[in-house]
Amino acid sequence: MAGPESPEVLVAEEVRKRYSIDGPWAVDGVSLSLRRGEVVSIVGPNGAGKSTLIQMMLGLLVPDSGSVRIFGTDMATGRRKIAHRVNYASTDLSLPYSLTVRENLMAYGLIYNMRNIGSRIDALLGEMDLSSFRNVRVGRLSTGQVARMGIAKALINDPELLFLDEPTATLDPEVSAQLRSTLQKMVRERGMTLLYTSHNMREVERFSDRVYLMGEGRLVAEGRVPDLMARYATEDLESLFLQIVGRGRSRDE
Amino acid sequence: MNSPRPPVPLLAWRPLAGILFRQIVLYRRSVPRWMEVFYWPLLDLLVWGFLTLYLKKIPTFMPSAVTALLGALLLWDLLYRAQQGISVMFLEEIWSRNLVHLLIAPITPLHVVGGAILSSIAKVILSSSVAAILAYFLFSFKIFSLGLHLFFFILALLMMGWALGILTTAVILRFGQEAEVLAWGVIFLFQPFSAVFNPVSVLPGPAAAISRAVPASYVFEGMRSVLVSNRLPTGDLVMAFFLDFLYAAVALFVYSRVIARARRKGFHLKLGS
Repeated sequence: MAGPESPEVLVAEEVRKRYSIDGPWAVDGVSLSLRRGEVVSIVGPNGAGKSTLIQMMLGLLVPDSGSVRIFGTDMATGRRKIAHRVNYASTDLSLPYSLTVRENLMAYGLIYNMRNIGSRIDALLGEMDLSSFRNVRVGRLSTGQVARMGIAKALINDPELLFLDEPTATLDPEVSAQLRSTLQKMVRERGMTLLYTSHNMREVERFSDRVYLMGEGRLVAEGRVPDLMARYATEDLESLFLQIVGRGRSRDE
Repeated sequence: MNSPRPPVPLLAWRPLAGILFRQIVLYRRSVPRWMEVFYWPLLDLLVWGFLTLYLKKIPTFMPSAVTALLGALLLWDLLYRAQQGISVMFLEEIWSRNLVHLLIAPITPLHVVGGAILSSIAKVILSSSVAAILAYFLFSFKIFSLGLHLFFFILALLMMGWALGILTTAVILRFGQEAEVLAWGVIFLFQPFSAVFNPVSVLPGPAAAISRAVPASYVFEGMRSVLVSNRLPTGDLVMAFFLDFLYAAVALFVYSRVIARARRKGFHLKLGS
């Protein structure tokens, strides 16, 4: 696990974003940081701004104000300098259906300018339990297999910082546990930093070093899971989530 | 962990090879894609070829005009495929929900365009070679009778096709999949002004004026000039390339502006979802 002495990998400062001039803020003054080797999750209800925040972190969106720096590089202006050290998987994305698992990974290995792609693919297929599907077209995979292939693609460049958007949403409990174990091994052995979103509070509790809770575009709580539960006097993260989200919703009413 | 890897060089060959690899594999397996390369050009060739067989029997019809028809058809198809190659490749990224993967990769939007141009060259070579061979055996039309000029004609048309393809891509990116019909239709907006089958001189005044701003019109005029009088109006070819560069500059400018605006407004993230 990362300590306070670990270098900062990602720093977001007062990030704000809205999609139209008179619209609501999708992300409203969010500041957060990630240290090398940390597993950090962002949780929040639908529409809380999690995806918009991650899209700004990936350089897909430019903040209206504030900044996101990854490995010291401002993502709004220098994304390409550090893009080979970062990757992302989301259940919203897929890969070309007509290509096999191996061909898709080969293409992305080349796009990320990787060497020894063949052996890298073999290792990833083993870790994602997809070895027997290497020559199967993506269009013929199950939803869970597509999700695992998306994660294999996200690991093709051996990223130092990995963003996962609901990585286990479509996986059964056994495969989810296996995936968590693989990711934990990568974090432990290679110092990979992991930022992920999930609606599975049990998973977040077990897997994360720290949690950021978002609501209405803002960070409403942050800390280690046990500290948060102590602070809000709840027995688990789900109760804490409901308490905070419920508070937000009753304020809306 | 090892020291950080250096950034991917702008001119690294692997990312381009990766984009090209995907296209090659896609084509290897897809019957509709092979149809796009061979089937439609072949049908066009047959329809127009049979027409030329009929026209040749009309005593007053000039033989050079007959061959010009087939030459025009082959070159027009090349322009069409070049434009479509770029736009359809982009649409395929949207359809397969793959666009975001490319946008977060250590490449620029220009790499994506570069990959599309390379794959378009491969497709054009395949498609045009087959069409040219068939035109020779079925209708005794030798495309190489255009001599060395043929290379410049092809290059000028490819450049125009690519520029329109990039522009179409920018419009689809900006306005979403509702604009995807442009990928197939935009080139036909230029056809009446491209002097494909008729000289510019027969066009009415305003149409002729528009035609002078279309690079393809100079190419087709040049082709007819070579076939009829074996003389290439060099000035026309220079004008075609000048306009090509202008089109390419405008297309790249619009494309990069749309990408920049997309990163501010986020409309590209809705595509394909």
